[in-house]
Amino acid sequence: MLAKSKKAALLGVATLMMGTCVAGISAQAAEPVKIGMITTLSTGAGYLGDDMRKGFELAISEHDGKLGGSDIDLIVEDDGLKPESARQIATRMMESEHVDLMTGIIFSNVAMAVVPKVVRDGMIYISTNAGPSVLAGAKCDANYFNAAYQNDNIHEAMGQYVQDQGFKKVYLLAPNYPAGKDALAGFKRYYKGDIADEVYTKLGQTDYAAEIASLRAAKPDAVFFFYPGGMGINFIKQYAQAGLKDEIPLFGPAFSADEHLVDAVGEAAVGMKNTSHWSPDMDNEASKKFVAGYVAKYGAKPSLYSVQGYDAANLIGSAIAAVEGDMSKKDDFRAALKKADFTSVRGNFKFGNNNHPIQDFYVREVVADPDGGFTNKLVGKVFSNHVDAYASECKM
Amino acid sequence: MLLFLEQLLNGLQFGVTLLLMASGLTLIFGIMNLINLAHGSLFMVGAYVGATAIAHGSGFFLGLLAGVGAAAITGMVMEFVIMRRLYRRDHLDQVLATFGLILFFNEMVSIVWGRQPIAMDPPAFLSGTVEFIPGAPYPAFRLAVIATGILVTGFLYFLVMKTRIGMWIRAGASNREMIGALGVNISLLYTLLFGFGAALAGLAGVMAAPFSAVQSGMGENILILTFVVIVIGGIGSIRGAVAGALLIGLTDTLGRVYIPDLMRLWLPPSVADGAGASLASMMIYILMAVVLAFRPRGLFQTHG
Repeated sequence: MLAKSKKAALLGVATLMMGTCVAGISAQAAEPVKIGMITTLSTGAGYLGDDMRKGFELAISEHDGKLGGSDIDLIVEDDGLKPESARQIATRMMESEHVDLMTGIIFSNVAMAVVPKVVRDGMIYISTNAGPSVLAGAKCDANYFNAAYQNDNIHEAMGQYVQDQGFKKVYLLAPNYPAGKDALAGFKRYYKGDIADEVYTKLGQTDYAAEIASLRAAKPDAVFFFYPGGMGINFIKQYAQAGLKDEIPLFGPAFSADEHLVDAVGEAAVGMKNTSHWSPDMDNEASKKFVAGYVAKYGAKPSLYSVQGYDAANLIGSAIAAVEGDMSKKDDFRAALKKADFTSVRGNFKFGNNNHPIQDFYVREVVADPDGGFTNKLVGKVFSNHVDAYASECKM
Repeated sequence: MLLFLEQLLNGLQFGVTLLLMASGLTLIFGIMNLINLAHGSLFMVGAYVGATAIAHGSGFFLGLLAGVGAAAITGMVMEFVIMRRLYRRDHLDQVLATFGLILFFNEMVSIVWGRQPIAMDPPAFLSGTVEFIPGAPYPAFRLAVIATGILVTGFLYFLVMKTRIGMWIRAGASNREMIGALGVNISLLYTLLFGFGAALAGLAGVMAAPFSAVQSGMGENILILTFVVIVIGGIGSIRGAVAGALLIGLTDTLGRVYIPDLMRLWLPPSVADGAGASLASMMIYILMAVVLAFRPRGLFQTHG
């Protein structure tokens, strides 16, 4: 594990060196901005953090190793999906590496172990994925910005969509952990019909045969499930193998249908509707440029995690530019972040009172990709300028 | 009632997957007295190589062979290079070394195949469903898994009870010093046995790949359950592995389905769902505790 974090750090340093090589000749060596990125690069969920980091690094390399005109010193560490190691890394980054700001955490349970502590100690933290409800509501903080979403949002959008489509009896499944419960709560906030059953499974479960048999027996007219990463792959495949794919439609958040997940599931995922704040085929210049740049640099398709990394880097860049690289001007830096003066690949993006995004949410459908594999296609918009449910509890 | 039958079948199928892992691990643990935490990594190697071969058009059976072969070779190399040095060390050293191997293999597959999970579909002739319980079409591939498990169990029974190698294996489980003194080439037997256990893990990996995500770290989940199986069954006993695997498969499956329903009889639904799910995931460990309280050496203890 040590070797892994060293490798991650080395990679970060290597990227930085490549960047500085390009820029170093002309630029007077001003103090680089140090960004500490704690993210999940190992375990089955390692690809989520890996995608996020790739998006972030793409934004840096597009600006020749800089963000907002300043050189960037990006320190990447793997938390291994363990809250306690993330906390240790955070302490080290603050006390011995003296980073200027922190970012990168994927999982809400990891974020809850790190974010409240670091922001209380005056560190600015920009979330690239996790958006637990507490941090959007009562415990919101001037030093905490979420560049991704509030956890419930994407599920709320699906609740609204399933409601609009006229489904009357929905079967719900999620892993038995806080984000799983938030997901179903978010869905139910906008879906008003009957709930056939609400099932919580063990986090990381691989075999869903028993749940699928009970589901079939309950005869719902739709299924909503929140299974990110490997759990989603297992569930969708087994659902199709049980012959249910054409009988009862599946709905989920984008976490249950990200670009890598649908590639791994293959044919069985085709036609599945899912909600997101972005889609690879979105019709805006920033998104097209991002997708093309990402594919060219990494030879792989970007996922929503890549988008969040990329947007966060550009958001940080906009604020660094506003203070001209002087990270001691904390108040100005925060004010600049709050303006969100950057072009998001998601289109509309601004911060609400609780420093969480006010953005649009879309429905997408899984389709076969003409370039090989599978991808998501935009179907329509569910929410415009959607504000999260906790904003009013935040006293900012 | 039909739903109950279907759930029994699901439990059986889950048990069979565990059995493929457990039979290899119990032989290695029981006979070689080696705790191999990296057994799950062999499962992962089997799944990755099998899925890759099939993705390159090898067809299902060649892919299956490739996965099993790759796991067996990996296992034998592992035994030859690393495990040999550990037989005389205590269990803690073995745990540390094989835990290191888990990290090595997980990182290795991320380097070779990337962090994104990869796909494997069941072969066309097994991709449909069979409706032999009315109203509940059952995936054909899961039936194939059950059939494979029964075949492998039969083969193991034959190998262990009816062949000379099996005799050595049984003798080794009873008294390792004595079998060496009788002139059996222990180091060769150990390498072959380790390779055989690895091949079974590889087989389990390829058979699990069509309905699960092939990704780094996929072996760890099943590894924990496998250890529970062999501890319940009795370390080193094939019969114990069969009994333990079926017991765990059925307990876990039926627990997941019926405990939340039972809890709703007394608790409000919002509490019952979460608590029921938590209790269901504890069931197998409760079962293990109960078995060990009454039979500390497992259900079918081996001699010695």
